Amino acid sequence: MNSTVQFQNVRKCYGHNEVLKGISFDVPKGSVVALIGQSGSGKSTALRCINGLEEIHGGELYVCGRALHEKSCDITALRLQVGIVFQSYNLFPHLTVEKNITLAPRKVKRTAPKEARELAAHVLSQVGLADKAGEYPDQLSGGQQQRVAIARSLAMQPELMLFDEVTSALDPQITGEVLKVIEGLAKDGMTMVLVTHEMGFASAVADQIIYMREGVVWEAGDGNLLKHPSTPELQQFISNGL
Amino acid sequence: MNYTFDFSFIGQYWPSLLDGLWISAEMSAVALIGGFLLGVMLAVARTQGSPTVRRLATGFVDLTRNTPLIVQTFWLFFGLSALGFLVPAIAAAVVALAVNTSGYTCEIVRAGIDSVHYGQKEAAACLGLSRSQVMRNVVLPQAIEKMYPALISQFVLVMLATSIMSQISVEELTAVGLQIQTRTFRGFEAYLVIAAIYLVMSWLLRVIMNLCYNVAFPRQRHISQARSTFRPGAPAPSDTSIATGAKP
Amino acid sequence: MIMGVTSGQWFFILQGAGWTLILSLLGFVGGTVVGLPVAVFGTSNSRVLRILTGGYVKLIQGIPLPVVMFICYFGISIAGYDLPALVAAGIAMTLYSSAFLGEIWRGCIEAIPKTQWEASESLALGKIQVLTSVILPQAFRVAIPPTVGFLVQIVKNTSYAVVIGFFDLTYSSRVINNSTFKPFVIFTAAALIYFAMCYPLSVLSYRLERKLKRHSRL
Repeated sequence: MNSTVQFQNVRKCYGHNEVLKGISFDVPKGSVVALIGQSGSGKSTALRCINGLEEIHGGELYVCGRALHEKSCDITALRLQVGIVFQSYNLFPHLTVEKNITLAPRKVKRTAPKEARELAAHVLSQVGLADKAGEYPDQLSGGQQQRVAIARSLAMQPELMLFDEVTSALDPQITGEVLKVIEGLAKDGMTMVLVTHEMGFASAVADQIIYMREGVVWEAGDGNLLKHPSTPELQQFISNGL
Repeated sequence: MNYTFDFSFIGQYWPSLLDGLWISAEMSAVALIGGFLLGVMLAVARTQGSPTVRRLATGFVDLTRNTPLIVQTFWLFFGLSALGFLVPAIAAAVVALAVNTSGYTCEIVRAGIDSVHYGQKEAAACLGLSRSQVMRNVVLPQAIEKMYPALISQFVLVMLATSIMSQISVEELTAVGLQIQTRTFRGFEAYLVIAAIYLVMSWLLRVIMNLCYNVAFPRQRHISQARSTFRPGAPAPSDTSIATGAKP
Repeated sequence: MIMGVTSGQWFFILQGAGWTLILSLLGFVGGTVVGLPVAVFGTSNSRVLRILTGGYVKLIQGIPLPVVMFICYFGISIAGYDLPALVAAGIAMTLYSSAFLGEIWRGCIEAIPKTQWEASESLALGKIQVLTSVILPQAFRVAIPPTVGFLVQIVKNTSYAVVIGFFDLTYSSRVINNSTFKPFVIFTAAALIYFAMCYPLSVLSYRLERKLKRHSRL
């Protein structure tokens, strides 16, 4: 199986509410998949299933060779292979930027302190914030905090990166710096799944765009999908976004 | 009222006062640390434990918070003597104080834990940290930082509560007052002096705790001065219900 | 005989419980009468008043209640009065409660948004009218949960009156223990009686606070 992620007819319910009604798609290794759709379409839920933040109630889900639909799946081990960046960054406010990044490598992978610091310096320069290691999250702008969040996930050297609407909480002027970083990662060959509202970015960077609506995959295609939508709902969605 | 104040007893009794003060300070320190650690454990048990553990912890906290310290102390001290264990009074006093304060500390820390945004726990778990690692490295530091003012008030209360241990014959500061009264009949003045000493101790304790805060949580030095404290609605009085209204 | 204690002795203990309730009530009423001005003056524009009330609160909050009890007790006797311990205990509880209630209520008054003050003053209401018609009624609602919570403290802290020989539940149970030497039975019973008095108040305070939080999303 050379797909990093495989959704096969995955279902999920919140109580009586079925939020995922049988979705299927693949994320081949090294590719970028963008999930788009309105709020409530299930796209964030689908993303959060990939690293076990949400449980699935039907179908099969394979991530990095592990079967998430089986109870024996080791979620903690999975999370060493999958990194996630959240809309609200979720940086640890009581730790410096450097400590934010070195915490997991030191505690989970038992990396030595010196190595961890070097790792932190490396990922920080990857996101363009090499000089901010000693500062606290509160002292940084939203875009900088989000880039630190990306660096923090990268420090664990994951095979797959998930991005959950990471620019939605940012001022429009600042989203550019974050998108640039994500684009850089894509060029380096990182396998990624993005939930995003940035249509232009999705078209430019994604190998596969999946439009979700009401818990199902409504339409899927390659990076040119948004230029040639087939269904009227997707056409409507695109024109609303412009 | 024809009363001439006479504080001359201080000349003779200041060594006793100092001894009493020292014992009070010792008791406070041990009870504070013990009570705090026990309180943190209870808080973790109440938020992370299995349903049985949670119920036990909750029951323990409810019991200690709704019965007076002095009754708990009598129960422990006289109870242990009746069973044949001749524990020194000061040991029983410290244990009773620690157990009593753990209930309050538990609630303060629990409120702090609950106030940490769930996104923090999610992010930490997604980085591969285990439940206990998340608690120790991400949740608890933030919880304690947030609840520090309430903790300071609680610690001062513990220090003041050592005063009642004179009832089981611990020779702490308040007990000296009765000593002075029986020998010089200057009880009023004696207790005024003792009150003043407690006031100084309270103030000192707050100073020390604020120092610890700045050492343990250095980011506050960077941040909080810049942050404006004016908000159209001040912090909710629910904080006071935990710390019995005392503000640092 | 129930568990080694005669019914006469149980009755003695329960009498103490009755006096605990009476002292608690005294403490609460006294604390309200003195504490309300402390709260209101604590929010005044006069710096002197704020310093005085702040100083009063810090003073009382920095002294253990047993010491306050002793000061009141000896203070009364050197003033020339021969009064029962209840009076000294009542005064001490009043001082203690007024400081804490004053602080709690001051916090509640300050929790009312500044915009309420501005709006009512703009309607040409005088300072006192603003306070009595607009601010205090709102602060009252906010104050109920922590006040009920503090009632628990009052009931428990009446036990400190034992140091001046006041006949409350703690005193009566200790007396009986001294003659029967059954500390687990007696002090467990005393603890249960205190628990029965305090726990309902604690639960009530918690529920009121939840209700207030739900309604305060204005």
